[in-house]
Amino acid sequence: MSQKYIGRSTAIAARLLGGEMMVMSAADSTFFTLNEVATVIWQAADGRTPLAEIIERSVCAQFDVEPALARADAEQFVEELAAHGILLVSDRPIGEAA
Amino acid sequence: MMSHEIAVEIGEMPVLLRTEDSGFRDLLARRYAGFLSSAIPKFEFDVDLVAPTTEMESDLDVEVRMQHGVWHLHRGDFRAQWDPGAGRGTIRQTANPYSIDSVLRILHTLLLAKSGGFLLHAASAIRNGQAFLFSGVSGAGKTTISRLAPNDAILLTDEISYVRRTPDRFYACGTPFAGELARSGQNCSAPIRTLFFLQKGPKHSTESIGQAEAIRNLMRNILFFAEDQELVKSVFRSACEFVESVPVRRLTFLPNEQVWDLVV
Repeated sequence: MSQKYIGRSTAIAARLLGGEMMVMSAADSTFFTLNEVATVIWQAADGRTPLAEIIERSVCAQFDVEPALARADAEQFVEELAAHGILLVSDRPIGEAA
Repeated sequence: MMSHEIAVEIGEMPVLLRTEDSGFRDLLARRYAGFLSSAIPKFEFDVDLVAPTTEMESDLDVEVRMQHGVWHLHRGDFRAQWDPGAGRGTIRQTANPYSIDSVLRILHTLLLAKSGGFLLHAASAIRNGQAFLFSGVSGAGKTTISRLAPNDAILLTDEISYVRRTPDRFYACGTPFAGELARSGQNCSAPIRTLFFLQKGPKHSTESIGQAEAIRNLMRNILFFAEDQELVKSVFRSACEFVESVPVRRLTFLPNEQVWDLVV
């Protein structure tokens, strides 16, 4: 199975406020509030670390969650943010965020 | 043809409006009474008045785009261009005060976005030397709370608040942008003490709002029209800095004067 890499788009603005990560698409002003787990994935989305590794090292290590469930939740989160263009997804490392 | 000029200063930003129609100039002088300025204008606009046409009466939504260094502001009732580098622009519209009012609002959203401020759907007033903002969507009570203001409150606007950033504080400035009150605010400013989000309820109460909820509410009520990603990011940053430095509260109120006992 091929690896999946995720990177943050540059067409966004993000800020950790009151313990919650607020992410806004600068393209359409869509606004997202990320929960704790999503925030960890977001912060680790450097375009170079495979999503599976992020889930294993950052999510499962920090939160008491089954790997299969963490993977399913992460896939759904990534898919949703990617649909809005604020998270980039590739089967290869993402050198430069678009 | 002779030109007639008038400078309108909002948020300490004088803008010169030039027209060949003396009657329109007089109309603007009445519309912006209290906000006329003799200061050297930072920007100037030639206002080209046209006869009402189908084109100028269409209900096209507002569009604000930068092309080759020039802002293009379009809506059904006006076409405007503004070259920030040259400090000049043109406005093409019929002889009504509402179109130019909208152009000025858009112009100020662009200027403020660059300097850390914003326009907000909010009433605002100064009390004891400090400004209070009352934000909310239409029907939330902006005009109601403005009407209930006590004599010692200086009303800055009942509709569109002007939030300026200085190196150390956020200030609210008066605007001529009126809502249902149909009355310009006072042309003065004060540091912002509190931003209230309004809601009508069975009794007067106020409670603190967390920063995450505050930024969500704030972003919903900031006026910004430009399709420009960098400026959108800039507005978001300014809004975040605002909620990090200004107390944000929910104000539930009945429409009577006692609500102002909570505005301290």
